[in-house]
Amino acid sequence: MAKRRPKLAVFKFASCDGCQLSVLDCEDELLLLADRVSISNFAEASRRLLRGPYDLSLVEGSITTAHDAQRIREIRGNTRFLVTIGACATSGGIQALRNFRDVREFVSVVYASPEYIDTLESSTAIADHVKVDFELRGCPIDKHQLLEVISAFLQGRKPTVPAHSVCLDCKRRGIVCVMVARGTPCLGPVTHTGCGVLCPSFDRGCYGCFGPNESPNIAGLDPALRAAGATPLDVRRLYGTFNVAREPFRSAHLGPPTSGARKAHG
Amino acid sequence: MAKTIKVDYLSRVEGEGGLTIRFRGDRPSAVELRIFEPPRFFEAFLRGRAYLEAPDITARICGICPVAYQMSACRALEAALGTVPPAPVRSLRRLLYCGEWIESHALHVFLLHAPDFLGFDDALTMAKHHRDVVARGLSIKKAGNAILRALGGREIHPINVRVGGFYATPPRAALEALVPQLEAAQRDIAAALPWLASFDFPDFSRDYEFVALRNGFEYPLCEGRIVSSRGLDIAVADYGSHFVEQQVSYSTALHSVTRTGGAYVCGPLARFNLNFDQLRPGARSLAESIGLLPPVINPFKGLLVRAIEIAHALEEAVALIGAYSPFDPAFADTPPRAGVGHGCTEAPRGILYHRYELDDAGSILDAKIVPPTSQNMKSIELDLFELAPELAKRGHAEATWRAEQAVRNYDPCISCSTHFLELAIEREPKESS
Repeated sequence: MAKRRPKLAVFKFASCDGCQLSVLDCEDELLLLADRVSISNFAEASRRLLRGPYDLSLVEGSITTAHDAQRIREIRGNTRFLVTIGACATSGGIQALRNFRDVREFVSVVYASPEYIDTLESSTAIADHVKVDFELRGCPIDKHQLLEVISAFLQGRKPTVPAHSVCLDCKRRGIVCVMVARGTPCLGPVTHTGCGVLCPSFDRGCYGCFGPNESPNIAGLDPALRAAGATPLDVRRLYGTFNVAREPFRSAHLGPPTSGARKAHG
Repeated sequence: MAKTIKVDYLSRVEGEGGLTIRFRGDRPSAVELRIFEPPRFFEAFLRGRAYLEAPDITARICGICPVAYQMSACRALEAALGTVPPAPVRSLRRLLYCGEWIESHALHVFLLHAPDFLGFDDALTMAKHHRDVVARGLSIKKAGNAILRALGGREIHPINVRVGGFYATPPRAALEALVPQLEAAQRDIAAALPWLASFDFPDFSRDYEFVALRNGFEYPLCEGRIVSSRGLDIAVADYGSHFVEQQVSYSTALHSVTRTGGAYVCGPLARFNLNFDQLRPGARSLAESIGLLPPVINPFKGLLVRAIEIAHALEEAVALIGAYSPFDPAFADTPPRAGVGHGCTEAPRGILYHRYELDDAGSILDAKIVPPTSQNMKSIELDLFELAPELAKRGHAEATWRAEQAVRNYDPCISCSTHFLELAIEREPKESS
């Protein structure tokens, strides 16, 4: 009897679709992947949606509704391995900026009839709700890292995905430091590697789209950012993007406590 | 006896939503394209952000067409700031946008829409019978992505777009290296076109108002006036006085309509019908070779128009690379000032409008973003309404598939406006109660 092909599923929560698009962006590997695994539930790609249980579920997006909080629990119960892909799923995404504001105010900016809109006060990472076997970082994820993660789970080994800083890879590549040489604020020293050092190689400071690295020294970077001309507001904005709900970016975005008016959670 | 036909997911669209068709006898009584994509409130959290952040933040509205968001944001912010980017920025933006059109259209044509015409659940199943064509589609898509990588740094959420221009311009050799791949993709789309044209296209049309950019000197991407097939001709800054957004109770996506409440269509059909004379010669010949001439009023033929736009974008990209030289500085200085600016560019799915109001420090006071799928939402519903009597004659499975296909004609990007599509066809008793 032929060996059963592992069942792969891809699920979406609040997100831009970009990370699951990374699967379809594996133009050279897609047909080979489809030979090796049964793509059993991937609504963006197929109208054939098979029931679980699945061997590996890739989950994109953050939890922002009560319905989705329930849905992720059902998915967890129906899959052997659950891997979250991208900043929304691993950190709550940029939509987590609501966590520090009154979400009703946000609704009324966008919608004329806010009463029709069902939303939670916060946007949270998948790991805040269920056990996650591996978090693949990035906004968006890197497709080569994604292939490594899929291969690793199919082979029953741990994915080889380094967690050091962008800055370290940048130095290794011999790219001229944008912060030291050009005075451009850069989050490379505190940001998780994986993008391929994109921004500095385009004369731009890293804007932290892979979130914090494994041991970020936020306080240590602050004087360098300030010396590069970043105001305290600029620094708060720098940390307040796609990984704003993940510590220590969260605290760096909020800055020192002020009036105590901010919501405690996030 | 009421009969409800229900299918859980409408797939092969970007994002998630739901669809209900209610019948009274054989006639439709209601069509609702329900979108429950959880809202992410971009327009709300843009308030208080720096103008330089808007292109990267709004890119995250859509992973399929991030360049469109970056381009519309830059155009709107430059208008607000009174900045005119250096002339070569125009060409390089067009090149980047061509990359996005190619990858987005190739994804839709070959992986999402073509399987409908041949009765396959997906492109991977289709590949078992038509591996060469799927492989060609993937090669075309890869060529588009290669442009995005070389010029933007990566395919999804490129990092090189700045208000005023680019952060850095690539060396000439980096772009020239793409030409063989782009030329191969031109051969691939030309080879695939007769196969696509041989599909059985349902005979369907309505009386559409098509809306697109037009500038009279090139097929529209970043510039032009907003024109329509019914004689509208306005500056981008007047968008808000001719189109309005409506909220409907069953959807988190706003519906955009004309000021008089009319539906309209933007995207490939609208561009093709209003700008056929501006297609590159090779693309125009390809269209003529399959008898595809304006006006194309059958939305199912959007598949073919997208294929022609792929050919156009590839031809355009090769020409732009041929004329390219790196330039320095890569961007115009953009000192902040208070003001209001409007921007509208042609996303793969149609016109994408941005409006920003800035304070004198360059912080965003107010933002408005109208994605193409919101603008097509009402037309999708009307198409289904028109199609419904024919659907009622079919078996459930066939009717459902045809309804899904009709939605996919628009390549709806529900993440721009939404989340998953669930199709429910409900039948009510013939006698109304």
